[in-house]
Formats: sequence, C-alpha cells, structure tokens
Amino acid sequence: MRINHKGHEVTRRNFGASCRISGLAIAFIAAALGSAIPAQAKKLTVVTATTDMAALAQVVGGEKISVEAIAKGYQDPHFVEAKPSFLLKLRQADLLITVGLQLEIGWLPPLITQSGNPRIQVGANGYLDASQFAEILEIPAGTVTRAMGDVHPLGNPHYWLDPENGRRLAKGIAGKLGELDSADAAYFQQRFQDFDKQLTTAEQKWDAEMKPYRGRKVVTYHNSLPNFVKHFGLNVIGYVEPRPGIPPTPSHTIELIGLMKRENCKIILVEPYFDLKTPNSIAAQTGGKVVQYLPSVGGEKDVTDYFKLFDYDIDLLIKAFQATQ
Amino acid sequence: MRNFVLIASATILCAVSVSAQQSSGTQSTGQDAAATEQRIKDLEERIITLEGQVRMLKSAQPAPPAATTPATPEMPGQAPAPPVAASQQGQGAASGVVTQTQVYGGAGGAAAKALNPDISVIGDFVGAAGNGTVPAFAQQSPFPSLQMHESEVGLQAIIDPYARGDFFISFGEEGVDLEEGYITFTALPKGFVAKVGKMRSAFGKVNTMHNHVLPWIDRPLVSTNLVGGEDGIDDAGFSIERIIPAPKGLFLDATGQVFRGDSGGGLQSVFKSWERKDVSTVAHLRGYKDITESTNLDLGLSYARGYNDVGPNFLTNLYGVDATLRWKPLRRSIYHSFVGRSELIWSQRQQLPSEQRAFGMYASADYQLGRRWFVGGRFDRSERSQLANLTDNGGSIVLTYWPSEFSQIRGQYRFTRYAENKDTNELLMQVIFSLGAHGAHPF
Repeated sequence: MRINHKGHEVTRRNFGASCRISGLAIAFIAAALGSAIPAQAKKLTVVTATTDMAALAQVVGGEKISVEAIAKGYQDPHFVEAKPSFLLKLRQADLLITVGLQLEIGWLPPLITQSGNPRIQVGANGYLDASQFAEILEIPAGTVTRAMGDVHPLGNPHYWLDPENGRRLAKGIAGKLGELDSADAAYFQQRFQDFDKQLTTAEQKWDAEMKPYRGRKVVTYHNSLPNFVKHFGLNVIGYVEPRPGIPPTPSHTIELIGLMKRENCKIILVEPYFDLKTPNSIAAQTGGKVVQYLPSVGGEKDVTDYFKLFDYDIDLLIKAFQATQ
Repeated sequence: MRNFVLIASATILCAVSVSAQQSSGTQSTGQDAAATEQRIKDLEERIITLEGQVRMLKSAQPAPPAATTPATPEMPGQAPAPPVAASQQGQGAASGVVTQTQVYGGAGGAAAKALNPDISVIGDFVGAAGNGTVPAFAQQSPFPSLQMHESEVGLQAIIDPYARGDFFISFGEEGVDLEEGYITFTALPKGFVAKVGKMRSAFGKVNTMHNHVLPWIDRPLVSTNLVGGEDGIDDAGFSIERIIPAPKGLFLDATGQVFRGDSGGGLQSVFKSWERKDVSTVAHLRGYKDITESTNLDLGLSYARGYNDVGPNFLTNLYGVDATLRWKPLRRSIYHSFVGRSELIWSQRQQLPSEQRAFGMYASADYQLGRRWFVGGRFDRSERSQLANLTDNGGSIVLTYWPSEFSQIRGQYRFTRYAENKDTNELLMQVIFSLGAHGAHPF
C-alpha cells in the first residue's frame, strides 16, 4: 500500500472530477427543492418510530402537525427494515420521536445518518427519545450478557401500554412541540389537558372493567407487557420464548405447559407478529386460550388511536377470562 | 448519578411518611386520604421524571473535564480554567451538588464507559472440503481447509453534533487491514451526506458489503474477476451523497466518490495509482420503490474509472447495473422473506496488446424458510478482466441456520467450471459470531 500525500494539485483535480459527476444532479436538486418546500406553510412535520408515538403526537399536535410512523402497528418493532423509502419521510422531518431504550437499535441509526437531515440527528433539537418521560420497568441490575437472550440493557422498551405512561408521553411530546413551535405552545398544552381529562375518564372505565380479574395469571409470548400487567394487576407467570428474542424450544415449552397446569393458568397472550403454532399447541394441552392482543395502535384497521388500543385489548382479555373461568 | 437518585428517592419517601403521619394524627377523613394519595401520586410522577432525566444524562454522554482538556491546547494560556468552570456549571444545574461533579468527572465507571465508542468483534470462520484447486491464471483465491478467515473489529460512535465515525478493522490470520475507517458528516446543508476516510466504494451491491452480511460464504465470480475480489474497490478518499427529489414514493439517491486509485492486488488488481493525479472515481445512482408494503424493488447504476496496473497511462472503466427484489410480509417479518438479486458488470481495461472488454454477472435468490433457516442459490458467469476471451462459470447452493441474531452457521456447495475446462466441486462451511454492539448496516 502506498501512502497518500494530499497535494493541493491532486485535491483540485479531484474536485474537478467529482463536480463533473454530480454537477448535473445538484442543479436538478436545487431546482426541485425550490418548488417543494414553501408549500408546507408552517405545519410541523413529525415522524415517529412506532404508531403509538404517532397516535400520541397526533392527539396533542392536532392540526398544527402532520405525523407519520415508520413501523406498522402489526410489525415487530425490533425488526423493521431500514428501507430507503423511510429516508424520504425522515429528510423532511422537523421532529423524530423514538421509543428509545434500544428498541430501534437494529434499524433506526443508519436511517438517521443517511437522512441528510441535521434537525433529527441524535442529540439535535428535533430528536426526541420518548422513554425519558415514561416509567421504565425491568432495568437490569448488574451485568447484562447475551446469554440472557436479547435483553434490553436500559430497561424494557414496551412501556407505552400503561395509560399512566401514555399521559406522561403526551405531556412530554406536547412540551417538545411547544419548544419547536412556540407560537402554538398554548394550543399543544390545551390539547394535552383535553387528552388528560379524556384519558382519566377512560382509565376509570378500564380499571373498573379489569378489576374483577386482578391477580389473574397469564403467559405472554415475548416480554412486552410489563407496564400493562402492572397497571391492571395481572400476573405473568412465564413466557413462550425461553429467553427474549429466542424462539420457543421443545424443552422450554414442556416446562411451560407443566407450569401452566400447576398454576392453573389458561391465557396465552401473543403479539400479532409471532407464529401461533407453539402457543396453539400449548393451549391445546393446557385447555387454555390463545389471545392475539395488539401491542400497538394500527395493529388492526379499526384500532386507530391510543384509546381504541386499550378498548380492544381489554375487551379481548375480558372475553378470554370469562371463557376460561 | 446513582447517589443522586437515592438521595432524591429518600427525600421523597421521607416526605411521604411525614405526610402520612400527619394525616394519621388528625381525624382521617376521606378527604385527607384522597389528598395523601394525590400527594404520593405527584411524588411518584416526580421520581419518574427524575429517573427519565438521569437516563438521558447517562446516555447523552456529557463531556467530562478529562475530555475537554485535550481539545483546548489550541488556545494557549487560557486552557485550564474555563473547561472546569463550564462543566461545573452544566452539572450544577442538574444536581446542585458540588461533590457530585467531582465523583462524576473522576474515574467513575459509567461516565467513562459512556464516552467509549460501540465496540464489536465479528468472527468469520471458514472451512472447505473437496477439490478446490484453482488454475494458474484464474482470479479466484482458494479457501484453505480450515481458516479463521477474518476477525472484524468495529468501533463506532457519534463524534459531535455534526458527524459520526465508523472504523472496521479486519484481522486476517496473518495481517491487519483497515477495511473501512471514515467520518460521516450528517449535518451538512441541503441534505448532503459526506464521508471522508477509507471506505468500500458504492460500486454496485456486493462491493459495499462486509463479509458477514453477504448471503454466501464466498463472493461471486464476477467480483473476483472484475471488481477486485474480497476487498473490492476499497480505498481512501471522499464521498458525497444526496437524495434527489423525485415523484412521490420513488427514492432516488446519487453518490459521487473520489479515491486515491489503489484497489485490489495481484491478479485481482483493479486500479493502481502511479502518480498523484491517478485518482479513481466512482458514481452510483440508486432508485428504490415500495411496490407494496412487503415488496420493493431496488435498482442501481454504477460507474468506476481509474488507472490500472499495466502502466501509468492505462485506464480501466467499469460499468454496473444491479437489481434487487425484496419481499417480506410485515406481519410475519421474522419468519419469511425473499431476496432476488442480480448484478451485471462490464469491464473495459486498456492493456497490451489490445483493450480487454469483459462481462460478468451473477443472479441469486434467498428464501427464509422459518425464523432460523434460510436457503439460497447463486448462478455465476464471468469473463476475466485481463483475458476477456476466457469465461468462468459456477453455481452455488447455500443453507443458513441462525441460532440467534448474533451467530450464524452456513454451508455452501459450490461448483465452478473454469475456462481452462477444469471443474471443481467444493463444500464450504462457515460460522459467524458477533460480540458487542455492532451498528446496523445500510439496507
């Protein structure tokens, strides 16, 4: 290998060569940019990693923002493909809201880097890690190794399924929106207050509906419900996955069946993106019931906002509890 | 930081117990109980807010005094005082405790680690069996029976608000090579993204990929015959990239790169820089479109130009077309997927006695059978860059098993018919394992 010395002459020639290549492209870009941006008025463009964050941002942002999510509600948020089409959304964004706690570590960082958008780079004003507002459970104490499976070393990132956290997130997002668009700060605060009231009423209803089932035992596929079960007082006794992110193994499944029989647990909660084969066979052997709950807004067509998400899941759960009384 | 949380929680707990005692002292009416509950709730909210702030502080990697000092010698005379004052101010605002700053800025484990880059090591072990003798002038490099093919160390971090840095250092069994090491400027105006350093060039698809992300153990014949083999066009230089506005839903992206002009070596040599002016250039245009939410099409045009190893005035031009069709149903994205890919490459190499025009291609398909199993195949055909009338052909079948996201076991049966009319049948085995936090690769 020869060592390169950066002579001035070389550099100038280099630039000449590259300019010829990209000159046309740049001229084209400049022309197109000029026509595209002014039409946007001053609506804040918000992009969120998941649909839940989008739903909450929409609630407090109202008509002053346009919001789009990257992952779909029925998609495993750990494994989203970093498609270039997402770059088209990100390059226009004024604000990027992430779930954080390394949930999106496998796909979001290269998208942010490639977006060419300085506003949403990590640490910039338009980058919001929403986990800072929420109560986070299961923060591992001590050393984390991958022998534990795909454990999130900063805590469990599935934190949005607790209405209390929903309120905290909405408040945090409203604050951030007000910071970016100070003229409408009062508007965002007002919308948060309205959401707060609405949520309090809804929460009373949900709590009352779930009250008879407090302490009921359930099994979940992935450990994605800690905040939900804490809020509604359910008791998770095991997981279909032997360890987070590791697909079910026969020996673990047999153990789980034994445990469910001993504990008289009849409910297996499964996210819509997991295969139902193992859960179904567990259900068949334990006389239990597989419940395909929704972890996120948009998991089904009619689950379009944060309230409907809880309505849907609680309705499913109650029916399942009644059926396995 | 932990202490800070403890102190905060202790204070809050005291407050709660005091208020509880007070209320028990008086006649405990329903109103009192509600007020106490409200108070506890408020305090709970404050703890959660504080915890959140602490997490953010930890991950925001605030620069401790130790890190600011080396950066200041450029301003002689006023170096020592300001950084300390600044950092105390910054942290004083968060904690209000002076001793806190000293603990934090010292050898505190968490703080020191927070500034480290993400470190990863990826091991790539390859075994080979069968007859793999390569004819004397073929450009393939044979795999030995057992080999720790590569140990790739990745060091990645955000440098400052304007840039990130990525290093990939490749340890072979005998030597060390800087596979890539570059800074990416992420905050340039007008949506430009620039890279400076040593990098795999944007020529086509396979050339940009590290060994461990390839869907095969080896690289296609066209890569070894025309584009520099395993190292490919991997050189020091700079790169400018930008998304080009296009009709809605269409992603267009243009990249222009300038390198020193040294790529590949020996029979696999592509470019050679004889003088400073002998830089090589690479241009790439990428078009991408989502056909449905689970299917997408990715097309690319590539061009590379540089001087070759024949002599100072001999040029090589490379032209490439690549196409990728991907399918991944979102509801079952962790279980099933399909990738079909092809690259066509033309090489124009000036040499004596006459210019050689060689063509090569591969076409591959990979299907994910289940969460852990992948099966794939590849067809290869390529002329040789220095003797374009010689054509090598080949084919492979690949089976891959994923114990987890962090390890992979792969077997590949490879058949090659060299232009010398020599056939080889080989069985390749590979184990890839990954330690630490390896940043995701571009799609």
